[in-house]
This record gives sequence, C-alpha cells and structure tokens, in this order.
Amino acid sequence: METLIDNIISKSDITFEKYTPKDFKSGIDVRWCAGCGGYSILSQVQRILPELNIPREKFVFISGIGCSSRFPYYMNVYGFHSIHGRALAVASGLKIARPDLSVWIATGDGDCMSIGGNHFIHMLRRNLDIKVLMFNNEVYSLTKGQASPTSHEGQITKSSPLGVLDTPFNPAALALGSSASFVARTFDRDTKHMQLMFERAAKHRGSAFVEIYTNCVIYNDKAFDFFTTVDTRKEKTVLLEHGKPLIFGTNNDKGIRLDGFTPQVVSLTDSTWSVNDLLVHNEKDSTLAFILANMTYNESLPRPMGVFQDIERPTYEEKVEYQIQREIELKGEGDIEKLMRGFEYWEIS
Amino acid sequence: MEKQVRYLDEVTIRFAGDSGDGMQLSGSQFSDTSASTGNDVNTFPDYPSEIRAPEGTLYGVSAYQVHFGSKLVKTPGDKIDVLIAMNAASLKVNLPNLKKNGIIIANTSGFSDKYLKLAKYESNPLEDGSLKDYDLHVIDINSIVEKELAGSGLTPKNIDRTKNIFALGIAYWLFNMPLDYTQKWIEKKFSKKPEVRDANLKVLKLGWEYAENSPDFKYRYRISSAKLEPGTYRNITGNEAVALGMVVAARKAKLPLFLGSYPITPATEILHHISGYKQYGIKHLQAEDEIAGICSAIGAAYGGALGLTTTSGPGLSLKVEAIGMAVMLELPLVIVDVQRAGPSTGMPTKTEQADLFIALFGRHGEAPVPVIAAITASDCFQMAFEAARIALKYMTPVILLTDGYLGQSSEPWRIPKLSELPDISPTFYTEPDYQPYKRDPETLARLWALPGTKGLEHRIGGLEKEDITGLVSHDPLNHQKMVELRAQKVERVIQDVPDVELWGDEDAELLLIGWGSTYGAIKTAFDKLRNEGVKLAYIHLKYLNPLPKNLGGFIHKFPKVLVPENNLGQLKFVLQGKYLKELMGLHKIQGQTFRAYEIEAKIKEVLNI
Repeated sequence: METLIDNIISKSDITFEKYTPKDFKSGIDVRWCAGCGGYSILSQVQRILPELNIPREKFVFISGIGCSSRFPYYMNVYGFHSIHGRALAVASGLKIARPDLSVWIATGDGDCMSIGGNHFIHMLRRNLDIKVLMFNNEVYSLTKGQASPTSHEGQITKSSPLGVLDTPFNPAALALGSSASFVARTFDRDTKHMQLMFERAAKHRGSAFVEIYTNCVIYNDKAFDFFTTVDTRKEKTVLLEHGKPLIFGTNNDKGIRLDGFTPQVVSLTDSTWSVNDLLVHNEKDSTLAFILANMTYNESLPRPMGVFQDIERPTYEEKVEYQIQREIELKGEGDIEKLMRGFEYWEIS
Repeated sequence: MEKQVRYLDEVTIRFAGDSGDGMQLSGSQFSDTSASTGNDVNTFPDYPSEIRAPEGTLYGVSAYQVHFGSKLVKTPGDKIDVLIAMNAASLKVNLPNLKKNGIIIANTSGFSDKYLKLAKYESNPLEDGSLKDYDLHVIDINSIVEKELAGSGLTPKNIDRTKNIFALGIAYWLFNMPLDYTQKWIEKKFSKKPEVRDANLKVLKLGWEYAENSPDFKYRYRISSAKLEPGTYRNITGNEAVALGMVVAARKAKLPLFLGSYPITPATEILHHISGYKQYGIKHLQAEDEIAGICSAIGAAYGGALGLTTTSGPGLSLKVEAIGMAVMLELPLVIVDVQRAGPSTGMPTKTEQADLFIALFGRHGEAPVPVIAAITASDCFQMAFEAARIALKYMTPVILLTDGYLGQSSEPWRIPKLSELPDISPTFYTEPDYQPYKRDPETLARLWALPGTKGLEHRIGGLEKEDITGLVSHDPLNHQKMVELRAQKVERVIQDVPDVELWGDEDAELLLIGWGSTYGAIKTAFDKLRNEGVKLAYIHLKYLNPLPKNLGGFIHKFPKVLVPENNLGQLKFVLQGKYLKELMGLHKIQGQTFRAYEIEAKIKEVLNI
C-alpha cells in the first residue's frame, strides 16, 4: 500500500557527508549544572554518532522528564521531549511505525524506573530496536533532591530526612529480568569506556540498555566516588570483556572466580589461584549475566562495568513487518472495499 | 395446518437464556436474516459481566434483542413482542418488559425444579396460570432434539447445544423468514465438523416444522421490507464501524494506520478488529497500559502515521496527561472513548454518556480539543472518519465519543464507496525554511515535518513553545499568545462543523436537544408524538466542541428546551453556560439507554398533555 511517507522512509541510496561531532550539536546552550555528569555523556554521544554511518536525519532522541531529559534539545537531530516516564512508550510507537529511524532515549533513574517502570520492562521484553541511555544519579535532581528508585537504603534526601527505607532497584538485573537483549553499564568519568558502550549499544540490533553512573553535583555529589575516581576505580570496579577473565586491582592482581554460583574475589599473587581459575566473561550467557549483575550492591565485590549481555533475537518491529508480509502473501494485499463489505452483505435497489 | 397471517410494521423479539445457551448466536442470526430480507433492524446484545456466570441464575441471563420493521427502526425496541425464554431465570428477568398479550416461547426443560429454585420461583409459572395474559407456547425442546439426534454420534452435551437453533427455527417460521442465510452460515461454520453441521441443519428445520405442524401456533406474521436507500448493505456494530472508519480514513489520508490500545470493556472489539487487518498493512501495539496505548500512538503520529488509541472511561482518565501533551505537540491523533457506566470500574458492560465533561475539560492547563460523537452504530464509521479528518487538518488530538450501547448494537449500514469519501491527506513540509510552529493561516495548524527529512531536524516537546520557532520558551507574553493560538485553532474547527438541522415544527413550544447514542429513542418518541399531532422541534448534536454555529439561535428561539442525556446533565450544563439560558434535563443513569416511552412521558409532562 503506497503512503505519503514511503519516500521519506526508504531512502536506501541516500548519500550523506562524513559528519563530525559538531554536526550533532544543536547550538543551544547546555543548561546542566557546572560539573554535572551529563556534559560528558552528551559529548561522548556526539562523538560516536558520526561513526555509525547513519544519515543525521534518521536519528531521533526521545526523553521524558528530569535533568537527563533535556538531552534532545542539545542534539542537532530530531528530538522529542515527552512527559514524565513516557519516553519509551512514545519511542515504541515511533519505532513500530518507522523502523527506518535510529531511535534513542535519554532518561534518568526516576523517569525510567519509577514513573516509567512499566514501559521500561515491556519495551525490553519486546526487543524493539531502541537505545536507552539511563543517567543514574541515584536521586531526583530536577525536583531538587528526593529519593529515587536507585537511592540506596539509608540515603538522606529531602524526602527521606531519616534515610531511605526502600531497597534500590538494580537496573542491570531488572533489565535482564525483562529479557533485555543488550545490557551494559558505564560511568560518566570514563569517557573512552562510555564511547565504547554507546557504540556497542548502537550496533546491537534490538533493545539496548546502558546504565550510566552520573554524578549529580548538587543533590548527590560524589555518590560514586568510592568506585569511580582514579584512586578507587581499579580496586572497586571490574571490567567485563567478552572472552576475557575478570581481572581487576591496581596491579591487576585480583580476579573473580565462581564458587558454585557465587562470585568471589581471589588474589592472583598468592599461589592458590591463577588466571586459569577465573571466571571468563561470556556476553551470550544469560545465566552468567544475572550472576554478574547481582554483584552490583555487594560491597565485598568490585562493581562490574561493561556489557553484561549481548544476545541476538528478532526485534518487535521486524516481527510486525513479518506478520504483515506473511498475511499479504497468504491473502493478497487487502482490498478495503471487500473489508467493508464483510462476510455477509446484500443489495437494495 | 391452516395458519392465519397477520401483517405488522415492526416487532421486537428477545432471545433469552443462560450465558452458555447460545442466545447471542440465535439473536445475531435472526438479525442478519431479517436485514437481508430488506427489513430495517436494530439490535442490542445484553450479557453479564462474568464470562461464565453460574448456570441458571438470575444474574447469568444472557439476551439478544432484535427490533425489525418495515419502517426505519432506530432503537433495539422498548417493549418486547416475542420472548424466547430458555430457562426460568430468563423468563423472570425479561417478563416485566414483555407486552401484554406478547408471545412467550418457553423451553420446559429450563423450568425443572432446580431451575425454578435458582430463579427464585415458588411455583412453575408455565403451569400456575400466572402467564394467562400472554400467548404462551410451552415446548420441551430438549426432548425433541434429543430424540431427533439420537444416533447422530453427537455427545449429549453437543445435542443440548442445538436447542438455540431449534428456537431460531421457530422464530423464522413465526415471521415467515427464509432459512438459507443461517443454513449457509452453519455450513461454513461447521465445515470441518460434518456431524455438528448436519445436526444443526436438521434441528433448524425441525424447529420450523414443529411450529408449522403444531396446532398451538395459530398465527404467522409478515413484515414487509423497509424503504432503504439503494446500495450495498451489511449489518455492523458500532465498534466494527469505528475500526473500518479508521482504516478507510488512513487510506484516504494516504497514511499508514497505527493503533495503540489496551484491552478494556466495551472498547476491546475495536482492537480485535484492527489487529486482524494485517494484510491491509495496519500496525498495532497491544500496549502494557492505557498510557502506553496513547503514547505509542503519539509516537507513531510523530513519525507520520495516522495515530489512534481506543478506550473506555477508566482508560480515558489514564490518558489525560498524554492528551495534554498531544495538544502541546500539535500532532494529529484520534482518541475513541466507548463510554461505559462509571465512575471508577462502575458497570463495565453497561452504557452511559457521562464522559462528556472529561472529554471536553479533563486536562490540566488550557488544553482544548475537538470532541465529536456518533449517534448510531453505522454512524460510528462516518464519525471515526470525521475525527481523523479534523485531526489531520488542524493538527490536533480529537476525541470521538461512542458508548457501550453503540459499540455493541448493530444495524444495517449502507456501505459507502471509497470514491464517495473525500481525500484527507496531509501535506508534509520538506523545504529548508521549516519552522515547527509556523501555522497555516486558515486553520492555524502548524507545519508538519517528519523525522527522516533531511535538513529539517528540530525538537518538539511538552514544554511551552516559542511562537513560530518552537524553541522552549518561558516568556510570559509568549505563553499567553500560544495558549490563545491553540484555543483559536480548535475554535476554527467550526469551519468544518456543519450547521445543525432543526427537525419538526418551528413554532413548537418545546425543543429537544440530544447528543450521541440517545438519537434512536428521542427520534422515535419525537416521531410518534408528531404523528399524534403534537408540535415539537428536535436537534441532535454530533459536534460537541466546537458547537455548531447556528445552535444558539435555536436555543433562544424556543420557549422550552429539554436535553435528555444518560448522565446528570452534562450537555445541559455546557449549553446553559454557553448560551445563558436555563434548560430542562432528563437524566437516566441506569446503565441503559433511554426507551422511547420514557422520553415521550417526559415531553408530555413538560407540555402538560
């Protein structure tokens, strides 16, 4: 069926210039606080988009509400600043209607996992080809400092003066539990790692969820310092790299091994364990992904960073197209006048 | 057997039984046969909210009412002429609506001690003389079909299931109707189960022959064909008509259709229909909730699809914030609310018109949207098309109000040809001088550019927009300007609202004003009283925001104005506020639409006649 948007959708022979990061800057003043982790995220996104070989007009950034959700205004692409929590629902409709677009979400821990939690889990299980960048600062910032679904137990905020009572969400585990095909984690201080994760997410075919620990200088400053500063990083984080053993420590002198299903830190310097005993990361192993995600709030273990899982399964929009094509093959392209007549009709003259 | 034939203009027949007795099937087959013989038909199914209510109980009664006639019938009928009662409970529930001397066809096996007890009868009404004012036909349908189908290979359960077809055969005999429509249906439906097919064909004929040969049935009735406009016809429910209206609108708009919807009674059939239209290239998402239903439709509209979301009252409540967003974004969107009795969960399967206020006013901030309403099942097609046309022309969300009654009732529909319908395709902007909030001077619709258009990258969102550029703006005067522009745009929809037609007598004392699904009952009462010589005027509204230009003049012209509604006076409130005149209301909130005699009684009271 021909429609008015066909030629906008299918410009397969399109030629486009080689972009630079500057081409993706909208020119609007960025209004995050000085020192906000958002700046770094924005720069890394602008740095990787030119590398993706996608015409600029095919990118759409959609957001909800919160500091992170100002993101689309700063990007020189199509942008849609929706309402609180609904970015993923808006994006789902757009991606189903327009599979030709590269659809990205900028969201935060409150927007994505609290008010938008339902859309989050359902978008991931459907595996729509949408990239979700979740700025996790463990606090509501735009509303000036309330507890968020990732605030830790006991955290003092304006809405929890005596300490947060809730158990925090573990975003990576929640995403995996929602059957996300791609789940990764990175942090605002490590620009190279962020770029790598964004690029991996972009190239993954299907839903990609990237959690980014993002410092909020005003309402939750230094919340991640205990594992993200240059001094703490090596001892308190472990990089997940496909096919490689989990090694960490200032001198690469520690590793993670599995004791049954339980990860434990082992020293590589005493002669008990060697690299051969360590857990080797496999992005295709969903069981392992859960084990790694569950290391997150365990203080005796380093915080995993990197791709927890990257598996292939058909995307929702592909399946929609497939059903349409199969029906057309079986029944022929629909004749609307026949549809209107229905099963039984009669003539009156 | 010599039978006397009687001629009638119109008849209301009600098939009633247990939820599992197949009454919906008998009713819809009777209705289709009647329509295909040229009668005008109006039907209404009436079933419990429970999927399988306990057998034989009063609240488990399922019924299907068919009103058919040689003149145009506009309602499913006030009082019943013929009641088919498959058990005691169905007799008890429906008897109060049966006309005096009306026909009862009762299946005796549904009146055993067990069923009498469940229906809370102390003695058997078929035997105790309490039905002496009716034309009672007592038939042991179960024994007849059991005897006939013994040795057919059917299980006793399957044999029992044919009793509704036997009753249907009697009804066809009673009204001189052909069996072939249902015979064809049975052949198709059970083509893979020959023993079931043959049993049903046999029993259908058996019912017909039973009545023909029974001395108990002395009269047959004949209803001649109605005078309908020439064309191709079919029976259609309001929900299917909405689905088709949107499919056709998308075709005439040259856009793909996208439905985002969450299951909710009584709107779900629209989702069922549209999800089956894959070969027409139509996409849908059964969303995780009502909010995702509308937000996904907005996302699809942003991408250039014709966005649709369908729901009922509780769902509309949840969609309110997103409708406000669509107002701000100025994207086309159709929201269909198949109203049901509220508030809260209310009575999900029962009809009401009490969502007018939420449709007109239920948003924070100044967020006007066009609101229109369908008046009959087949009009749902026209109004769905109209909602899409307005949404695309003015770049605005549009709310279409139907209700549980319209959604489920059916009537013959003259199928329009695609060529009879206007082209409603929008224009997408592609020139490099694009400004997202630059407007068409005539409609005030903003210019629409789609993602994927080179060089037109821009940002939109729920924050207030600067006039023309669409950049975020907190400027006080700009906000006032934008609020006013959005309001003016919706007011300009009046250019597309036809003047209302005044029916009846210009010099009447009383003007009736209705909206939506009350049309059938009001029009029936209005016609009846005018035939009796009463002077009356009547206007029925389909456009609720903006209201038709010429409406105010009529409201002031007549000394008295009566506004019957299935709510506590919501349209009355709106009209009084707008036209500054005190009006009278008639408010029925019983989960049922009006009956014509209720309107008639009120008119007589008002006019003192």
